[in-house]
Amino acid sequence: MQNQTAPQPIRESGDEIPFLAFFLGIGTLFFFVIAAATPEEAMRVHAFLFLAAFSAGLYALLLHLQSGTRPDATAYNMGVVKAGVFASAFWGVAGFLVGTLIAWQLAFPETLSFPSLPWTNFSRLRPVHTSAVIFAFGGNVLIATSFYVVQRTTKARLWGGTLPWFVFWGYNLFIVIAATGYLMGITQSREYAEPEWYADLWLTIVWVVYLLVFLGTLWKRKEPHIYVANWFYLAFIVTVAMLHVVNNLAVPVSILESRSYSLFSGVQDALTQWWYGHNAVGFFLTAGFLAIMYYFIPKRVNRPVYSYRLSIVHFWSLIFIYIWAGPHHLHYTALPQWAQTLGMVFSVMLWMPSWGGMINGIMTLSGAWDKLRTDPVVRMMIVSLAFYGMSTFEGPLLSIRAVNALSHYTEWGIGHVHSGSLGWVGFISFGALYCLTQWVWKRERLYSLALVEWHFWIATIGILLYICAMWVAGITEGLQWRAYDEFGFLQYSFIETVEAKHIPYIIRATGGSMFLIGALIMCYNLYMTATGRVRESERNAAPAAPADTVAVPAE
Amino acid sequence: MSIMNRHKFLEKNSGPLVAAILVVVSIGGLIEIAPLFYVENTIEKVEGVRPYTPLELAGRDIYIREGCYSCHSQMVRPLRDEVERYGHYSLAAESMYDHPFQWGSKRTGPDLARVGGKYSDDWHRQHLIDPRSLVPGSVMPPYAFLDGEELDIERIADKMKTNRKVGVPYTDEQIESAAHDLRMQAGSPYAEDYSGFEERWGGVAIPDIPTNKTITEMDALIAYLQVLGTMVDFSTFEIDAPDPDDLSAEIQTDGTEG
Repeated sequence: MQNQTAPQPIRESGDEIPFLAFFLGIGTLFFFVIAAATPEEAMRVHAFLFLAAFSAGLYALLLHLQSGTRPDATAYNMGVVKAGVFASAFWGVAGFLVGTLIAWQLAFPETLSFPSLPWTNFSRLRPVHTSAVIFAFGGNVLIATSFYVVQRTTKARLWGGTLPWFVFWGYNLFIVIAATGYLMGITQSREYAEPEWYADLWLTIVWVVYLLVFLGTLWKRKEPHIYVANWFYLAFIVTVAMLHVVNNLAVPVSILESRSYSLFSGVQDALTQWWYGHNAVGFFLTAGFLAIMYYFIPKRVNRPVYSYRLSIVHFWSLIFIYIWAGPHHLHYTALPQWAQTLGMVFSVMLWMPSWGGMINGIMTLSGAWDKLRTDPVVRMMIVSLAFYGMSTFEGPLLSIRAVNALSHYTEWGIGHVHSGSLGWVGFISFGALYCLTQWVWKRERLYSLALVEWHFWIATIGILLYICAMWVAGITEGLQWRAYDEFGFLQYSFIETVEAKHIPYIIRATGGSMFLIGALIMCYNLYMTATGRVRESERNAAPAAPADTVAVPAE
Repeated sequence: MSIMNRHKFLEKNSGPLVAAILVVVSIGGLIEIAPLFYVENTIEKVEGVRPYTPLELAGRDIYIREGCYSCHSQMVRPLRDEVERYGHYSLAAESMYDHPFQWGSKRTGPDLARVGGKYSDDWHRQHLIDPRSLVPGSVMPPYAFLDGEELDIERIADKMKTNRKVGVPYTDEQIESAAHDLRMQAGSPYAEDYSGFEERWGGVAIPDIPTNKTITEMDALIAYLQVLGTMVDFSTFEIDAPDPDDLSAEIQTDGTEG
């Protein structure tokens, strides 16, 4: 039996390559025509961007075919996960940077306004910030982690050969189209759904392929059971597809122009948008990141998920109730009151599944509580759940009509969003990125746990400064707007309520800057870890968490 | 628990799992959104709400392009202080031709639902060019560049056609004469069909003295701001079924600023 040759590894079929090449070829021609024919300068820029991306894709396919090697179909596809880690770190820093800039613009509007550069105005940069942090940073974290988790929990290679790469590059192309569009003034003015019709169509294609890759991997799984994290990823992918398609129904002026007009108007349009808007929070920023919680926390602390039964109740109640919550964004508006009331009632109910999930995540540390002290990555993820618990308590509170009368339109809303996004989404993502870098580059340990400590503390203090400043600013202006003097006249003019926020604006911008500094420290740490280095002074310490093992995930 | 055992089926079959997810996440949206298209009193029946003129529509596109909705709401709530600060609370009917709606979600600046007619055109121009020259504590960015950008007039008819496709009742005449009517409302001496304009846009004011200057994006934006909240005559407006607890319905609105 000794001199037999080693078994030939099974190679990927590459069946999808002709289709992909055909699609990219047709697309290249199509955008060439658009670029030549459009009367609109901004549209031409976008046509050229598409053109460049499609031809680069074709070229990459060509190189792939020329090299003649096919990847081993029995091995995991970790290349696309590595690219996702890089993209997440890049877009995170970019998004935080723009956020910090516009925060300072509100604190010092005269110094930071440039009349000859329209694209530097707050109103054009604000969607760049929101899209960069939610869709570019958050989206890349979700795609990277889902591609990792679905492979590890099914013991199967990602389905579709080169298609996961199509998802990665296609999604990031969407981000570039969206962000450059805002700077040039291309927007639908739908919050968190600003990209115009052609970018939306492109995202739809990419998203369907994403769903196929994810489902295809599930279909060829070697584990009979679908792990709970995958339920959450599935709910995130399926629901976001539904929300995206319905909320972006619009008729373009022509195929050569960027402008479109939404299918719905006024009150129906408003509720559609906030049905979308609130569930972008519920399914993009919550369900997807809960999937991260259900995989990365058990894995990092090497303990099973606290309660299997709770995770089932958590999953179905969360996705059922969340979808109703949208109308709480429209209290006291021209939306019929019955719809407002439904939105309020379900928002209050949402408190329970949210906290059920939080408890399931935190209690997973049972028997390993010492990790909170010894492993700052674990601490980051557990503190993210604490922020999640706080903002999912604050959310139902703000959704009560009487409270909303005070808080709506004020900075309180901005503070609430950021306690969720910086604290929950940010920290669980950072935790996942630290873990992923160590795991996919197969490193014994991170470059430096001390730097994770620095990241953790600088960012935590930054978040606290941010949300406290916004509480003060929001409640102050809310009370000032409704204040009456002893003669029964409104006490404050609007501009007085703006001026009252100057100091909170400075504190908020400081907090945001600290969060950015923390992220830069993380990037350095991730880079050094990926390149296989360990900080000199930490070389002799025991690793805080074991390197990635092939153990079946906890359940 | 038997239901937990049945759940095992979903945990082992991805197709049914996806189907179950789709059903569960569809229910809430269907129940909340679909009735808004059928329940008749969702949008009040009021006199006066008309589609935007070509100049106003062009201005609205610039309002959207620049992202004004980031900081300005267009939705006065029926609360005493808001009604006194901004004017009559907003009606659903007032945004029924808004594709998309511009209700907003944040008031970094004041609400604009009733800003029309409160300030002069010159005030708006100066304020947009340099906000702090008129309101020293303002945090608004400058929009001086709009005064140097010539308005794209040729495309306006197509934009109105697209609006008609999604339900805005523009007439054929309004679309055919879009460029002319835009020039007329902006005060251009190259538009002379006064009676036609009056027929198509009865009641829309045109400048007394024509100005022979380039029509800019600033002109369009100001025309849009000046029409906001002015279409319904609230001295004759009556609510279908007054809510006895709603004090704001009693308040006389005179558009005074806070």
